[in-house]
Amino acid sequence: MKVMEEIKLMKGNEAIAHAAIRCGCDGYFGYPITPQSEVMETLMQEKPWETTGMVVLQAESEVAAINMVYGGAGCGKKVLTSSSSPGVSLKQEGISYIACAELPCLIVNVMRGGPGLGTIQPSQADYFQAVKGGGHGDYKLIVLAPSSVQEMADFTVLALDLAFKYNTPSMLLADGIVGQMMEKVVLPPFVPRRTEEEIRQQCPWATTGKVNRKSNVITSLALQAEEMEETNLRLQRKYAQIVENEVRFEEVQCDDADYILVAFGSCARVGEKVVELARNEGIKLGLLRPITLWPFPTKEIQRLAKQVKGFMSLELSAGQMVEDVRLAVNGTVPVEFYGRQGGVVPLAEETLAALKEKLVK
Amino acid sequence: MKTEIIIAGFGGQGVLSMGRILAYAGMLQGKEITWMPAYGPEQRGGTANVTVILSDERISSPVLQQFDIAVVLNQPSMDKFEPRLKSGGILLYDSNGMTRKPKRKDISIYRIDATDMATEMNAPKTFNMIVLGGLLQVVPVVEIDKVMLGLQNTLPERHHHLLPANEAALRKGMEIVEKEE
Repeated sequence: MKVMEEIKLMKGNEAIAHAAIRCGCDGYFGYPITPQSEVMETLMQEKPWETTGMVVLQAESEVAAINMVYGGAGCGKKVLTSSSSPGVSLKQEGISYIACAELPCLIVNVMRGGPGLGTIQPSQADYFQAVKGGGHGDYKLIVLAPSSVQEMADFTVLALDLAFKYNTPSMLLADGIVGQMMEKVVLPPFVPRRTEEEIRQQCPWATTGKVNRKSNVITSLALQAEEMEETNLRLQRKYAQIVENEVRFEEVQCDDADYILVAFGSCARVGEKVVELARNEGIKLGLLRPITLWPFPTKEIQRLAKQVKGFMSLELSAGQMVEDVRLAVNGTVPVEFYGRQGGVVPLAEETLAALKEKLVK
Repeated sequence: MKTEIIIAGFGGQGVLSMGRILAYAGMLQGKEITWMPAYGPEQRGGTANVTVILSDERISSPVLQQFDIAVVLNQPSMDKFEPRLKSGGILLYDSNGMTRKPKRKDISIYRIDATDMATEMNAPKTFNMIVLGGLLQVVPVVEIDKVMLGLQNTLPERHHHLLPANEAALRKGMEIVEKEE
């Protein structure tokens, strides 16, 4: 029975909140928006300020929240914010500043249908914004795409670990399905918040109060072009390291596949069902699920392109990730797309029909 | 073994919480579970539905075209989900407020007059537990003991005096569910 007690039933959004408390976060700053409001609601119910000392604050806007994250991260604190598509658009200026200032933090986007204020139903149409840089300038986010409630918890911890490993902001790119559905979850173990001394050691660059050292200045501004170019080159070297080390993906029945479905997040769950249905009909279909959307599993797609007859990208958008699949495949085999938009979720049956029409001939 | 269930009715009937209780009991039984609500602009009096998947293996899509079991508690839900039952599937419905009977011949149909029974028992809030009892009588996807254990674990202590009423409702549902020919 002891093992049973560790397993909980909760929503993906709730799992993010619990994972943040457990992995020793110092602060959460957010502003409510469907379909992710349970993140802050759960934090408010759990009252971590009474236990671990973690701060939870409802800011006056999304812009304020991301700048609170900027400030907290600048002090070496482990901080996060969460929002959904329109709110994440508002945060883009702050995200660009944080990336340039090379600060670790986590931004959660539980995507909903857009553009504009859109709908509250699930979408993946912020892929470009997340992986190509929604803000200005040459920067990248480490982008993780959870496809289960368990991964909502696990990737909250992982995204923050990676953010601190590379001193760069990371993003959890989820959607309304993964945020709203309930599944079993084993929450990560409790890790105490770092002491001020531990923060000074881990983050010698942080503005922790100048005691017997030179001033630490955190800024994204350089008036000299050469100085700014130096910053850019440093960022690019770091991004190259991340591409080298941090690509993550999962494969389902790809070994003998003639065709590969590429899908992330909730679409990968639909994709697994498509694989089941296709295999029942004798079509050898496999699923490649990018877990890191940036860095993208380009090399793995190139490897698979040598052994399959074609790819189809399945997305809750008009077709965004498909462009990265096409770049990887580079014209060697056909790359098709199927998706639904504006909050509508493609069903496995219609996806299989599209696959047969477009690819399996 | 995988069972894909849709529970649908009016907002306020306890559709989502019935699904949650079912999912929690499934979890206590060691199953893989997914509980996926339709979370559009739902409101009291509007329609609400939730998909519950119980499986011995990893669960793929939480969004489904077809179901093994449909529990429909109002006419719009009957209209929407009767056609989406797999052949040989199970339809459980409450006749209260229904203007037409289910039409399909290739499914098993069960009726439970849970609205009337909840009124008779003077416990309208246990309506969804009567329905759940009926469902578990027809298809024992989870054990009643696990449902009760789940309620005990998830209800705050101050509501524990309601446990006997819920158990009574479950048992009553098991009694009154009827197969329709």
